[in-house]
Formats: sequence, structure tokens, C-alpha cells
Amino acid sequence: MNKYDIVIIGGGPAGLAAAVSAKKAGNDNILILERDHELGGILNQCIHNGFGLHTFKEELTGPEYAGRFIKEAKELGIPYKLNTMVMDISKDRVVTAMNREEGMFEIQAGAVILCMGCRERPRGALNIPGYRPAGIFSAGTAQRLVNLEGYMPGREVVILGSGDIGLIMARRMTLEGAKVKVVAELLPYSGGLKRNIVQCLNDYDIPLKLSHTVVDIEGKEHITAVTIAEVGPDRRPVPGTEERYTCDTLLLSCGLIPENELSRAAGIEISGITSGPIVNESLETSIPGIFACGNVLHVHDLVDFVSEEAERAGKNAVKFVQGLLSHEHGGEISLKAEGGVRYTVPSTISPARMEDTLTVRFRVADVFKDHYVSVYFGNDRVQHRKRQIMAPGEMEQIVLKKDDITKLPGLESITVRLEKE
Amino acid sequence: MVYDVIIIGAGVSGSAVARELSRYKLNVCVLEKGEDVCSGTSKANSAIVHAGFDAAEGSLMAKLNVEGNEMMGDLAKDLDIPFKRNGSLVVCIHKEELGGLQELYDRGIKNGVKELRIIGKEELLKMEPNLSDNVEGALYAPTGGIICPFMLNIAMAENANVNGVDFRFNTKAEKLTRDEEGIWHIRTNNGEYLTKYVVNAAGVYSDYFHNMVSKDKIHITPRRGDYCLLDKEMGSFVSHTIFPQPTKLGKGVLVSPTIHGNLIVGPTAIDIEDKEATATTQAGIDDLMTKAGMHVKNLPIGRKVITSFAGLRAHEDHHEFVIGEVKDAPNFIDCAGIESPGLTSSPAIGRMVAGIIRDLAKPEEKENWIGTRKGILNPANLSLEERNDLIKKNPAYGQIICRCESISEGEILDAIHRPLGARSLDAVKRRTRAGMGRCQAGFCSPRVMEILHRELGLSMEELRKNDSASYIVFERTKEV
Repeated sequence: MNKYDIVIIGGGPAGLAAAVSAKKAGNDNILILERDHELGGILNQCIHNGFGLHTFKEELTGPEYAGRFIKEAKELGIPYKLNTMVMDISKDRVVTAMNREEGMFEIQAGAVILCMGCRERPRGALNIPGYRPAGIFSAGTAQRLVNLEGYMPGREVVILGSGDIGLIMARRMTLEGAKVKVVAELLPYSGGLKRNIVQCLNDYDIPLKLSHTVVDIEGKEHITAVTIAEVGPDRRPVPGTEERYTCDTLLLSCGLIPENELSRAAGIEISGITSGPIVNESLETSIPGIFACGNVLHVHDLVDFVSEEAERAGKNAVKFVQGLLSHEHGGEISLKAEGGVRYTVPSTISPARMEDTLTVRFRVADVFKDHYVSVYFGNDRVQHRKRQIMAPGEMEQIVLKKDDITKLPGLESITVRLEKE
Repeated sequence: MVYDVIIIGAGVSGSAVARELSRYKLNVCVLEKGEDVCSGTSKANSAIVHAGFDAAEGSLMAKLNVEGNEMMGDLAKDLDIPFKRNGSLVVCIHKEELGGLQELYDRGIKNGVKELRIIGKEELLKMEPNLSDNVEGALYAPTGGIICPFMLNIAMAENANVNGVDFRFNTKAEKLTRDEEGIWHIRTNNGEYLTKYVVNAAGVYSDYFHNMVSKDKIHITPRRGDYCLLDKEMGSFVSHTIFPQPTKLGKGVLVSPTIHGNLIVGPTAIDIEDKEATATTQAGIDDLMTKAGMHVKNLPIGRKVITSFAGLRAHEDHHEFVIGEVKDAPNFIDCAGIESPGLTSSPAIGRMVAGIIRDLAKPEEKENWIGTRKGILNPANLSLEERNDLIKKNPAYGQIICRCESISEGEILDAIHRPLGARSLDAVKRRTRAGMGRCQAGFCSPRVMEILHRELGLSMEELRKNDSASYIVFERTKEV
């Protein structure tokens, strides 16, 4: 069986950043396994700009952003296998993979970093009634067809869901000459970034209908029309509010799901809220030596934060291989999400393993105006920062300092909570 | 040319008849309006092999159900398709209705169903711990089973084709007339077909063709059934097929594992007019969720659904199969009103209809008839060594295309290049399961399109999801 110190599952933005960081941290025995025919992951089809403002302080397109990491990984001589699907990961970190040249093969990994990304919620999971014709695509599938294959799915478009890919595709389809008639969003707020609503919808006069959903799909072979209705607070359609839109394309941008089939099969504990692994401060999952970062851990809105997170996962995997990421210190502190905070990543902190500062990322459950983000060490409020607006579509963060925590040896829990005052 | 037999419809009945007729020295042709076999009623049902206790004693439906159930084991082996006798349970939740189970039991015994027995609450909950706490008992039919309806239909058609039966797709029978010499003329959108015998296996349209040639009218109501299919995570929620007690409208909403490891919930029973109206409705899906919850507990149906769909049963007014030569239309053989348990009965229906034609036409049997078929190889069933040998010989088996169901390019190529090969995304899906998993083809559809494009020489704009208007991409993007 082949052996590698660090096996990285996925060569998208998370996998690349993790590999580069592990290499720079001194490990020379890394392998990236990528299922597609090139590195870069989903960034390859994201030809719009807006990537890299945090990481490179400039605006790049998706392929440019990926290109910088690919170049670096290649310059560092990090090995990778393309067109290679990982079929299984065992508890003791044996990775089973398959490709055309080598067939099915096993690799014993010292550490594994999960970087499989996420996938889109399909029509079937949304329980939209009606026919099941051609012309219904998840926004990402349409993005691939338009940007990578060079084909337009149609000319008259309705979009359900206001996730970022849907918003980007509203603009992309418009630029290609299609008419985007409406974007309907079930929730009373958009799940996408504010900047995307402004730049992709408002700038093109595309209406966004909040608290609306598709209640019927017409067309037996190809979609011909959809009916959209307003929904009440129970998210059920309000009779009498139906509006019919003729269209030949329905795009769905109704949420992303971390792709954790392999993690589940390995027995890794998965959060019911993020659908990603539950991790500690080192981004290590419930199985020692298996780390997770990027969209497989929790869905990000900015790739810059994926890269930053993956960099930490890469460093920590090296530490694990070196035997420096001990589990013997005990005294783990649990991180609690309360009062409008849906979750935190990580879920636990070991003061002994923690670095000098730790960024904790979270999402809020609703739109909150003029609220404070408060952090409690036990019952003591230690942070209290006012935010004008917070929305579920934009990831939030707090920073914890090791010094503050080690001052309190018996500390059992840290709570992140939104407060009115 | 004049065919000996033309079968209208390549659904499970038409394909079963075609396979049985392929034993004889007859020129047989199947006309199908869809682009593939299994494009109508046969593709959207519960995928259950019924034991046979439901149908009325003495009915043709009861006879063919029990026969079909008995034939299914050998047929599945011969045609290399997955089939499992997981057993059915008709569950009673009201003490006062326990008598109904006895009635069903008695009927089943008279119908010839084997191994039936009534079981009490304790045994029932031991068999199925996720049943509702207020169950009182059940009728247990170990011979009930689950099967892949696509594969059964496709395999019978493929096997018929290998034995010389022609299939004409995208060919819609429109008008039937009989000339002075007794030859049937079938006008279609693709020209006229001539034949000595006609088999009317047109599903929900079988009354249309029957009434075109006979004064003695029949009436088929499309009875819509909505279904929800749940993620494989839920595939072992129950291990048997769980039925409620039957009502006038049918066998009710069942909860069952599927042969591929998902969980299926359905169907509703809604009588409609439109023979093409396979749209689900909110009311239908809501109804399913309520009814499924009566017999099982804590079914997370809303969160675990990966797709919902609706099928149309060809419900004849007397709830009976209409099979036989039509009295005032010589050599026109009905195979009409085939609703549930039609899938189960199909092998027996094929045998019966072929028997009618054999008695009329007195054909010779072929000496070289091939009764078996090799299915699409599923590499997941191979050992590691066998799988690696396969990939060495054919590297396409080392390339995963559908990641949810782990379907390789090798399997998709096999589906395209075998007899009656796939030409559309749905045809690939029904043969290989590529696109049938939890992402519902979001990831693999552009990749399957590339393979179809390459293998069949069709342009991307020519590729279809299924029938002629179901294009996937419309045109090229702007040239730069």
C-alpha cells in the first residue's frame, strides 16, 4: 500500500490552499486527489470577478484565483492525481480511490484533509409540485453549461432562490441575451451577498420577490411556464397571490449542502445544522487525524475565507503528523451558539492546542439590525460589539485570544450570542 | 412489408408480449410513441411485486398477479435484473378493522397466494420497529417483493430485440383500419405499418384504440398516483413493504424500501381526465405525507425527499384486466386496463397474450431462441481484483461519472451501445441510475451529455432529456 503523510481529498480552493500550507509548514509527502480533469474545483466555472479581495487585495476571476494556487502548488512540486474519485476513507485513514490508469487503490495516510466542497439542493428536495420537464437546472449546472461548455439552456429565465450562484447566473444569462424575468426567494431575506443583489439584480432591473416561491411548473417535455405565489409566515403559499410567468428555463439556487458522503461513511460526526463535520480548534473532526476545511465543513460565501481556513487545516495536519497535536491535554471548552447564532466553527477549543488567536466563524439565523455580537466566557461577557446589520447570507466572525482563555483554567464553555443591548 | 404482429406500446406489458412472441418464427414490431421503452405508466409506479391477495377472487387480475409473482424469480435470474422478496405487510391500526385482515387472508388463500399469515402486534413490531405504536396486527405475505420497474421493462424489450423483434420509437399509432383481406393498417406519424395481428398495449390510451375498432366500448380513467422517493439514508427505515388496509380506490399509500436502497412513499389515487397529466400537486404531496405518517412513526419525509413524481394507472371501469381478442375486430388483441398489479402480472400477461396469438397464427417455435440476457455490469458487485482487471481491460470503468450512485463511464457506454441502447439522459438514467441519486443529476448531467454527444454523434443541441421537445441546451453562447 502506498503511504503519504497527508492526503487531501479534493483539489479545489480548499484542497489547494491546504496543500500549499502543509508544504510550507515543512511536509514533503503530500498527495492531492481530484475527481475532475483539472485542479481548481468549482472556481473554474466562476468566470465573474470579485474573488481575492481579502487574500490578494485585488479583484480576480474564479479561474485567476484558482490559477494562483495551482501555480504555487505546482512550483512547490506537490503531487496530485486527476480524474481520481475517492471511494472510501476508513477510520484508520486508509483512503480508497479509483481512476482509469491505476484502477482501485489504497493509500495509507498519516493525516487526511477533507476538501470535497458542497453541492446544490436539487428540485426534487424542494418538493415543488408540477411536471418534471427539461429546462430545470440548479444554478451551478447552468453555470457549467454556459461558462465551460458554451451553451445557453434557454432565453426566458425564472430563478427560484437568491443564493449567490443564482444571482451571478441572473447577470450572466442577461449578458448572454436572455431575459431574466424574476428571482423568487422563499424567505423574507436573500441568502446571497448584498453586493451580488446590487451588482447582479438591481443593476439589470431584475426584480427580486422575497417571500415568494414556485407553486406550479408547466410543460410536459420542456418547461413552458411557472407560477409563483407569495408565502405567509408559515412559508406556505397564500391563495390568490399566484402570478404566472412564461419561461423556458427555471434555475434553482436554493441552498448548498456540504458533500459529506465519505465523511459519514467513515463515521465522522456531522453537525445537523451545517451538515459538515463537527471540528475542534484545529479543524480536526471527531476522528483524530482527519481534518476538514472549506465548503465541506460549512458553506462559505467568500473563497478568501475558504483559503484562510484551509491554510490552518494544512498546518494542523502537519502538526498531527509530527505528533504535536496531542489529545492528552483534556479540558476542552465547548463553544455554544445561542440567541440568533445558528452555529459556530469550531465547536470546541482546547486551550493547549490553540494558537495565539483563533477566528471563530458563524452565521445568524435571521436578519438582525443594530444588534450586538456578544461573547461570554462562562457567565462573563467578554466581547460586546455592535453591528448595524447581520444577515444569514453573510458569514460573521469573532476572534478569541489564547491569553484570555488560559487565564481562566476551569473555563468550560464559551457562548456566542446576539443581543439587543 | 406486412408484419405478423404489431404491438402498440413498449411499456412493461407490450415488452413482455414482445419477449414471449420472440420465441416464435414471427415478424414482430413494437410501435412506441416515446423515445425509449418504459416511457409511460411503466416508469412511474410503486416498483412492487404484489403477492396477490388484493384482486377479487376469480378475476383475471388475481390469476395473472399470482402467476406473475411466481414467474418473477426465474425471470429476474434469466434477465439478470435485481429482484428481492422482501415480504409485504398489510398493517391494521384499528382493532375494529382486524376482520378486514382476515378477509384479505381468505381472499389471498382462494387466489392461491402461498405462505400468507396474520401476525399479532408483538411479532409485527419485532419485524418492523418503526411502525406506529397503535398497530394492531398485520397480514404478512412473504412472497411480496420489490423490483426495478425500468430494468424489468428494459430487459424484456432488449431480450425481445435480440431475438428479432423490431422496435420503432417516436412512432405514434394514430389510426387503425382493417382492409378486405383482413390486414390491419396502422397509420403513424412515421408512415403506415401493416400487420396481421395487433396487440393493444397502449396503457392509458388502450381504450382509444379499442374503441376505434370495436362497437363494444371500454373506458380507461387515468388514475394519478403521486410518489415521494427518499434518500438512501432512509432505505432501511422499514425492510418490508408496508401497506395500509385497502380501500375502494386501491391499495393505499405504501412505505417500502426500493430494490436500489431508497425508500418510496406513495401513491395517491386521483382520477383525472388528461392522459398526459403526470404533474404532481401540492395537495397530492401533502396527502402522502399525512397518510404515510399513519402507519409508521417519525418518518422525516419532508427533509429526506430527493424527488417526487406522479404516474398514471390505466384504470378500467370494472377494475379488471381486459385481455383477449376483440369479438368484432378479428386479430386485434386487447391488453388493456393494465393497472396495479400490472408490473407484477406482466410476465403472465406476456405469456397469455402470446398464447392467444400462438393459437390463432399457429407459428413454429424458433430453435435458437435466447431466453437469457446479461445486464449492465455493476462493478460494485465485483471483488477488488475483478474490478481492477475490468478497469485494466476497459479503463472507462475506472472513471466515475455519477458520484451519488457511483456510476462509471463504462456502465454508461454499455447502456448506450447495447441493444435498444440509450439515446437520452433519462434513458441513461433508467438503465444505469446515473442521475438518480441525491443530487438528481446536477453534477453528472453535463458529463453524460458529453458522452452521448461523443458516442452518438449528436450535437449538444440535439440531445434530449427524453422526448422530442425536451432539449437541454438551446443554442451556443455568444462567440467572442
